[in-house]
Amino acid sequence: MHIVVCIKQVPDSAQIRVHPVTNTIMRQGVPTIINPYDLFALEEAMRLRDKFGGEVTVLTMGPPSAEDSLRKALTFGADRAVLLTDRFFAGADTLATSYALAAAVRKIGSSIAPVDIVFTGKQTIDGDTAQVGPGVCKRLGFLQLTYVSKVVNLDLQGRSIEVERRSEGGVQVLRSTLPVLITMLEGTNEVRRGSMVNALSAARAEIVKWSAQDAGVEDIGKCGLRGSPTVVKRVFAPTPRAEKAALVDPAGRPPADALIEEIFKLRPKLEDDMFQLARGF
Amino acid sequence: MAQPTKTPTPAPAGRAAAKKELSEHFKQYKHVWVFIEQERGHVHPVSWELMGSGRKLADKLGVDLAAVLIGAPGEALNAAVAESFCYGADLAYVCADPVLQDYRNEPYSKALTDMVNTYKPEVLLLGASTLGRDLAGAVATTLLTGLTADCTELEVDTDGSLAATRPTFGGSLLCTIYTLNFRPQMATVRPRVMPMPDRVEKPIARVIEHKLGMVEADIVTKILAFVPDRDKATSNLAFADVVVSGGLGLGSLENFQLVKQLASVLGAEYGCSRPLVQKGWVAADRQIGQTGKTIRPKLYIAAGISGAIQHRVGVDGADLIVAINTDKNAPIFDFAHLAIVTDAIRLLPALTEAFRKRLSAHTRDRIAS
Repeated sequence: MHIVVCIKQVPDSAQIRVHPVTNTIMRQGVPTIINPYDLFALEEAMRLRDKFGGEVTVLTMGPPSAEDSLRKALTFGADRAVLLTDRFFAGADTLATSYALAAAVRKIGSSIAPVDIVFTGKQTIDGDTAQVGPGVCKRLGFLQLTYVSKVVNLDLQGRSIEVERRSEGGVQVLRSTLPVLITMLEGTNEVRRGSMVNALSAARAEIVKWSAQDAGVEDIGKCGLRGSPTVVKRVFAPTPRAEKAALVDPAGRPPADALIEEIFKLRPKLEDDMFQLARGF
Repeated sequence: MAQPTKTPTPAPAGRAAAKKELSEHFKQYKHVWVFIEQERGHVHPVSWELMGSGRKLADKLGVDLAAVLIGAPGEALNAAVAESFCYGADLAYVCADPVLQDYRNEPYSKALTDMVNTYKPEVLLLGASTLGRDLAGAVATTLLTGLTADCTELEVDTDGSLAATRPTFGGSLLCTIYTLNFRPQMATVRPRVMPMPDRVEKPIARVIEHKLGMVEADIVTKILAFVPDRDKATSNLAFADVVVSGGLGLGSLENFQLVKQLASVLGAEYGCSRPLVQKGWVAADRQIGQTGKTIRPKLYIAAGISGAIQHRVGVDGADLIVAINTDKNAPIFDFAHLAIVTDAIRLLPALTEAFRKRLSAHTRDRIAS
């Protein structure tokens, strides 16, 4: 069995700051991490490998520095890492990204071993779109299983897979046929720690680096900024409300009482609503 | 390792791509569509919220607003079609087939893709629910068009393009995205981001039926079972009238209990900002913000939350935002209505007690009157 896990190296968003004067992103010194959602995908892929045998290949598209995330994935226990890196890929939106990644998955399938399952996280923490997984899936012509919380059963002989999928108001139990693309829900497994042995071999491991050409991309015009149907026209900081928050001045009152007074002064009807609510109506 | 590629550097695409040069083919694409999401006999409220946004876009463009419904034939589907007209549809496109009973990607994406190719809308809006995201990503890729996820604002530009605004860079900035030269222009919007429009009783008008052209044997993925969620309480956060939430300023998981205690006295729901979920203090379904829930309560009390955009977009629809924070320069003071500069850890217990008294005093008043 051969599983490809698509990961993304993202800035640790908790540490991004906006310049107070110019309103631009201060990216310098922001550490990068593997998109946290992708770790659940990687873990699930490795569990299936450990149970059924086979190999896990991690794939990312990004600048040369994205190699760090691939090495990290090798430390966790992935068998092989492919970095898709080329200036043609720069500025890609979700459609152009899925084009390049799908080409790379096909190439991995033809040059290494046929791919049975592609895993991705349910979304990234920087783009938050949850679109690249379905996009790669459609382009590959795989069956699409998103928001999967559990792989219930895998029958390699019969080429069938059963999963639990989060849907509105409940869980769908689905049976589908390999090859599939699974986007993995967060919190669904306990991500393993990297072992010392893996860390040592990961540091020495050769990362496969592919340009667009190496990955067998047929049409460069479908990659990167040029291949992106969406155009970002404006990036801006949100306008503050015309008036800043009114500050509550306790003026001798206990602060809690003062705050409640001010709340009900601003919204007189709220007190009745809250009375009903507090009584459980 | 691979050799560096010898292909020449591409022309700077930014300028060229940013110019509107719509092909003759795409100029035929007209009207605004809203996908009406139904699951297990119910329409997801986000669909009606989108009808409100779609109505405004259609009016500005001077085109029709169409509701698009996909599902198994029957009472529930008929009711949803009828309801679409009460929420502003000029017409409805309906694809009814027994294989569409429950959501599956294959038949639903075929239905929607075929309908788009046949009837050619210029704008297609879907809810950013699990269903909507699963469907939108697949359909946009098949149609090779642009899709902007999780928009917080939808506008029509002077040239008639859809201007879709969403938070970016982990929620610290906003960006406005266009799909200038491809159609339809697709966007998803998360539940509760747009206000619910008024429902106006109206008769069913034009309904156009579309044949699926697929039978069960064509569909690979089978539904073996559906297990409904047992804990319905957590999903109430998005619809709660009063919400109390806490952020990193609380300092510890122990102090987060103060938020829960206040919420409990008020009969309110409690929530938190993203870092608390990342720390594992609070369950993910309690997160409020761009990557969590969007709320529209009458009263929102934020304790120890600094108020990054990521959080703000989740609470902007609240009628009254009250911030409790020690830092008077915190961004939350830019969008809260009422604020108190103090340590939430000290204020929360007092506030819980004061509310308890106040609301029971209210009880006495009511009994007396």
